[in-house]
Amino acid sequence: MGSPAMKLPELPIVGDPGLDENAKNLTPERIAEVINRVIDRETAARFRVYMNTCVHCGLCSDACHWFLSNDRDPRFSPVGKVKQTVWEMLRKKGRVDPDFIKDCSRIAQTECNMCRRCSMYCQVGIDVAYMLLTVRRICHELEMVPQFMQDTVNSHAVTLNQMWVKQDEWIDTLQWQEEEAKSEVVTARIPLDKEGADIFYSVIAPEPKILAQLIGNMAQIMAVAKIDWTMPSFDGWDNSNMAMYSGDFETMGRVERAHHEAALKLKVKRIVMGECGHAFRGAVYDGPKWLGWLEPPVPVIHAVDFYHELITSGRIKIAKKFDEPVTVQEPCNIVRGRGLGAKLREIIHATCSDFRPPEPSFEHNYCCGAGGGVINCGPPWKTSRVKGNSVKAEQLAATKAHIIITPCHNCHSGIEDIISGYKLGMHVKFFSEILMETMEIPDELRAE
Amino acid sequence: MEQAAQEKLNDAWDWEIPSKLVADLDDWREQFSEVQELVVSQDGERIAAIVKADDALTVCVNGDTWTSTFEKAWALHFGPDGRLACIVMNDDEWTVAQEDEPWEERYDYVWNLRFSPDGSGVAANIRTSDGYGVVLNGEPWDAKFLQMRSCEISPDGLSVAGNVQLEALSEGDIFTFRKGLWGLAVNGEPWDAHFLNVWDSVFSDDGAKVAAEVRIEPGLQTIAVNGVPWPETFRAVWQPIFVPGSHDVVAPGLAAGAWKLLMNGKPLWNRSFAQVWHQTFSPDRQRLAAVVASSFGRWTIAVDGDAWKTTFGDAVLPPVFSPNGRRVAAVVKENNRWTIAVDGIPWPEDFDMVWDPVFSPDGGIVAARAVQGKEFYMVLNGKVISLGCAKLWDPVFSPDGSQLLLKAIEFGRLYRKVVPIKQLLA
Repeated sequence: MGSPAMKLPELPIVGDPGLDENAKNLTPERIAEVINRVIDRETAARFRVYMNTCVHCGLCSDACHWFLSNDRDPRFSPVGKVKQTVWEMLRKKGRVDPDFIKDCSRIAQTECNMCRRCSMYCQVGIDVAYMLLTVRRICHELEMVPQFMQDTVNSHAVTLNQMWVKQDEWIDTLQWQEEEAKSEVVTARIPLDKEGADIFYSVIAPEPKILAQLIGNMAQIMAVAKIDWTMPSFDGWDNSNMAMYSGDFETMGRVERAHHEAALKLKVKRIVMGECGHAFRGAVYDGPKWLGWLEPPVPVIHAVDFYHELITSGRIKIAKKFDEPVTVQEPCNIVRGRGLGAKLREIIHATCSDFRPPEPSFEHNYCCGAGGGVINCGPPWKTSRVKGNSVKAEQLAATKAHIIITPCHNCHSGIEDIISGYKLGMHVKFFSEILMETMEIPDELRAE
Repeated sequence: MEQAAQEKLNDAWDWEIPSKLVADLDDWREQFSEVQELVVSQDGERIAAIVKADDALTVCVNGDTWTSTFEKAWALHFGPDGRLACIVMNDDEWTVAQEDEPWEERYDYVWNLRFSPDGSGVAANIRTSDGYGVVLNGEPWDAKFLQMRSCEISPDGLSVAGNVQLEALSEGDIFTFRKGLWGLAVNGEPWDAHFLNVWDSVFSDDGAKVAAEVRIEPGLQTIAVNGVPWPETFRAVWQPIFVPGSHDVVAPGLAAGAWKLLMNGKPLWNRSFAQVWHQTFSPDRQRLAAVVASSFGRWTIAVDGDAWKTTFGDAVLPPVFSPNGRRVAAVVKENNRWTIAVDGIPWPEDFDMVWDPVFSPDGGIVAARAVQGKEFYMVLNGKVISLGCAKLWDPVFSPDGSQLLLKAIEFGRLYRKVVPIKQLLA
């Protein structure tokens, strides 16, 4: 890819203390040492194959919602992002300046969602997101991570959850939500530390912090479905992992180990994860591999898979279908990354009478724009994030649905921002919220 | 509990009566509107659960309920000395109740209930209006902290340690965090040194030293002992242990892309692994075993640095030594099936789930409980030796090794059975 034959507009300057302040501590020597160390010692054949097989065709560009939403500005194309970062680092053998690293962090951390749509459009299958994750690793090693993202990772490092949830707050919340659930379904419980349960249900920290009712909902669903389940009272309950996306792989490994060791300690047969996409990636792919596992030591099932099982097995019966027009945000990490698209459609059809499919869809769906840690970069980057996904707004508006089902926390928050930013007048719901409105609660289980 | 102390305790148990009905749990389910998870004493003489009666929670033990009732109760456990304890709440005040006696002092919250190996020390984390701390045998620390996230009790039950937040941190303040706000408090006294992070800690046998994983720079971790970090640093470390009877510390560390087991910061074994953790000393302190990934995705046990030849793809759980230290066994998993491997040789049968192996006193026999389908089975040296039952707890060998104590729920009742090993093996 050569220099663009057009004058490109200046990009807005975004202030972020995590980059602006920390850049002052960088020296050319430290930058070169980190770049060369990461590339020489932490990347392997994969990196070199990608470098040597990219033919600079630019076919990946049309796959990227950032490129499509920014007037086809080549700086936002996948290959453009690699060109502005990795290629320059290699060309200059790591001899780049702090401003360059600042740009690298902006590009890799805030303008790429690691959604891997571009890999499907690359004629030789280059995982561009991996190249940009390598840039993130370099930026992490240089302590050049956006402030809010770094704060999230600091939380992971201290608490092993992403929202600074204290241990007592976690348990207290579960006990509170058990009471709430019992007020609807008399047999509802949240059994803590139940050794030998069939299922360890893990969630991401926003649930106890700000969306506690989702845990209460799950307690009701589990009770109606008569599932033998548990949640740990100890660290390891949070399945999310922003350290995976900031490039702090050591913290990523610690968080993932706690999650899997909780399952091993509780002697459960499998882990069922709540509705989150990146957490699934961390728990099933990146985390186990960093720790030395080829696969998770205890099978991990995403909530979509679990709901599909509950509905198709008849454990949960649908009393009445949800009748407002709905569409779906298909999370990249479980649809493109795991192939759960068909099951997601099946549970929507089982519970909703007016489904409006998005176009493109399934593995071709556009990212929500929040994933890959981009939304965790916080308020400074919200404007560019929403601007960088106008194609998503157009796609959603075209469905004329009222409700967007988003079985992923990042998608949920990201789509809310899209709805607000483009005034779509739509609403988001997790699938569990649809299920709560449609499932049959037998009379004998109903609280008076 | 120390092996000798445990044997002495076991010796005092009833090893004569072959089978005893301890409790009819179906009666409990008729009597109470809710019966929570069951716990059984180590000697099998008592079974207990948190139960709901008349809209209040209490504890039912062998069919008798405590006189105390609670709005909330959880973490019911038999301590190593057989005393029953749980965390309870009334009127938004929490405490610990032992054998129907709630501790006098109340707190805003209580969690992380811990027992010393002989059960004499019972500790927990507490939250009060003054901050976070620890209560040990009903006596709270004077010192309180902004946050506390662990509760480690010393082998003698007299001391408690936990990682504590030492300075306030505003939301999003990555620069104050970078100064290092975390330390370890021992009996309420924080270490002088602050770190970015302090994770799992452990006491030495004599309680004089505490070692913990610490992060001293964003990319540098090491082990600190009584607040003094090893001079050697690593990209990551895992939980340390003390060499029994000494102040030497053994911990896994990651450097140059490989994991090594370290003693006091220096390599202990002459090889590295794709992963090392759960290092464990034999009871005679002469041997050291650990879970290792000998190559990516292949797990096994290494003893004194030599890995078993047999490896497993899914998981290997912490090693268990025989009382004489000559044999090692571990729970292993391959192709989503669980079994036990003893000295590197997996049992031929596999299960949906299997619990930790239990060695006979001479190390000749290994017993474990396992689940197949919905039923529990007792397995001896790889052979299923019981009919399926609703629930089993870990078996206990008699001190002379001639009998096995089984605690089984059959037909809705808990039975305590003492079975001659010869009969089981026949």
